[in-house]
Amino acid sequence: MNRKYRILVVDDEFSVRDSLAKWLIEEGYDVETAEDAEAALKTFDAGMWDIVLLDIKMPGMDGLELQKRLHEVDPDLIVIMITAYASVNTAVQALKNGAFDYVAKPFDPDELCHLIKKALRQKSLTEENVRLRERVERLAGRAEIIGDSPNMKKVLELADTVADTDATVLIRGESGTGKELVARAIHARSNRRYFSLVPINCGALPENLLETELFGHERGAFTGAQYHRKGKLEMADGGTLFLDEIGTISMKTQLDLLRVIETKEFCRLGSDKPKKVDFRVVCATNRNLEQAVAEGDFREDFYYRINVFAIHLPPLREREGDIPLLARHFVTKYANAMGKEALASSPEALDLLSSHRWPGNVRELQNAIERAMVVAQEGVIRPTDLPFQLTSQRLDQPGDTLAAVECRHIQAILDRTGWNISRSAEVLGLDRATIYNKIKKYNLRN
Amino acid sequence: MRYLEIVSFVKDPEYDWPGLCQRLGQTFRMTVQLTWPTLDLEFAYNPARGQYLSTAMLSKLLEIRNPAATKSLGITDLDLFIPILTYVFGEAQLGGTVAVVSGHRLRPSFYGLPDDRDLRQERLIKEAVHELGHTFGLLHCPNQLCVLASSTYAENIDNKGTEFCAHCQGLINDALANPQTWPRP
Ligand SMILES: [Zn+2]
Ligand SMILES: [Zn+2]
Repeated sequence: MNRKYRILVVDDEFSVRDSLAKWLIEEGYDVETAEDAEAALKTFDAGMWDIVLLDIKMPGMDGLELQKRLHEVDPDLIVIMITAYASVNTAVQALKNGAFDYVAKPFDPDELCHLIKKALRQKSLTEENVRLRERVERLAGRAEIIGDSPNMKKVLELADTVADTDATVLIRGESGTGKELVARAIHARSNRRYFSLVPINCGALPENLLETELFGHERGAFTGAQYHRKGKLEMADGGTLFLDEIGTISMKTQLDLLRVIETKEFCRLGSDKPKKVDFRVVCATNRNLEQAVAEGDFREDFYYRINVFAIHLPPLREREGDIPLLARHFVTKYANAMGKEALASSPEALDLLSSHRWPGNVRELQNAIERAMVVAQEGVIRPTDLPFQLTSQRLDQPGDTLAAVECRHIQAILDRTGWNISRSAEVLGLDRATIYNKIKKYNLRN
Repeated sequence: MRYLEIVSFVKDPEYDWPGLCQRLGQTFRMTVQLTWPTLDLEFAYNPARGQYLSTAMLSKLLEIRNPAATKSLGITDLDLFIPILTYVFGEAQLGGTVAVVSGHRLRPSFYGLPDDRDLRQERLIKEAVHELGHTFGLLHCPNQLCVLASSTYAENIDNKGTEFCAHCQGLINDALANPQTWPRP
């Protein structure tokens, strides 16, 4: 379907606004007008716009400043500046600031007609690029969900079933099981696929930042909020909002989100003007939410709201059958990335991979293969190429000295934390100085 | 009885008036009445631009038109403009009752070419049908051959036909069949 393009005309002169709007309406565009920056921002906020035609010279906030504000909110917006006299410097400044072009009024009808068509062509190209990029990501994303085991097939079936509905989905599973991939698969197979999937990792942000990220803010909503800004809720309009690590959000944010999900309305921080949004919610967590509810740490009403359709992602140890498949997949992936030949895994290495408990799940397996691809010699991945903690489980023998076990365990933890001394110290319950001493004592190497 | 009123501000008999009336009558299936009011158009003159404001002409037409007419079309030879554009061939009250077209930029001599009465007449018919189409609420048509395609320069007008495309004709037929949807004269 060909939707009507929407154009906002901002000019302080009534006759200009009026005649331009009428001309554009006859051309078949949806047009609204604003007489100053303030009215323009209001109208702009209330809808979606393809093009803004903006008078450079206006009383109050001028066109250049307004252009900056608009681009702050929507960097892809096409702004065409209108200048009354050939004030080249100002127009050039506008172009530098990201304006698409400028026209001096009065315009030649043909020139204006062409300029607008050119702008719209560029816009549809940009949109097409975004769509193509999303498509590539989607295909890649889907390819990453590897699994032949009955558990995994069940997961993909569930994702397929729920994709077409608008139901809220809660994806549960341990860290590293690939919850975001499932969210992407659901989005990619839904009617919302032409809009964005907007992910936000709730666990990575403190409460106040999370709220700003989600809701956006008005100018002056807090110190440093110089411009208003779109939040993820607005960006997800039409698409899917993916709330990762939902189990970590505060009671207050839970309540705020509950309201948005139920009313499909929200206000930016620092505003009391509700905005309509329409998105699908997919959440993910590795937390036992039922227990959190029982402990009073998670709102019951919010729990029921997000737990409409649950998908459990099995940990890797419950889908051993998929390990060789996944290993081969990651070998190919890293071989391509490193420009190497894909290596075969020796039967001993495969055996070791299959018997490991994989507390870090698919992500841990992926890291193990990446590392093996770097260190493997002679075109084969052998047990010695796998991370130390894998082999150490096998190598611990009843006859080992305590020192030998300690040495291997510390090496394993260091490897797992990427040689982050503080984190290793925390895991091992030692202080940093002791870790340094042990590294020296056992001559451990990264 | 519905009829189309043509209000001519053109003094000299340069156009084939009976021909124009016949074409417009056929296209819009109405009788046509041609009037020649004596009226000074200087109220619409803008000295800074050296042109006439077409929007002001529309307002004047609304004032002087015969209220019994279904639509009123003004025809002038003055150079028309709207504030935002360097010139227009005409202007209409979208979904309204009045429209105006100018022959000023339709004559080939305006572009330094030898005059061609037939060509000028044909352009005038196209622009008259086009602007009257707007008074029935129709917007520009993406079909480049349709008389409602937008024309931004004279050769552009020559590229399109004098008729509505099937889609626009359908809209016109609907409008003609449902006079209750028309704006009150
Ligand atoms: Zn038109
Ligand atoms: Zn048409």
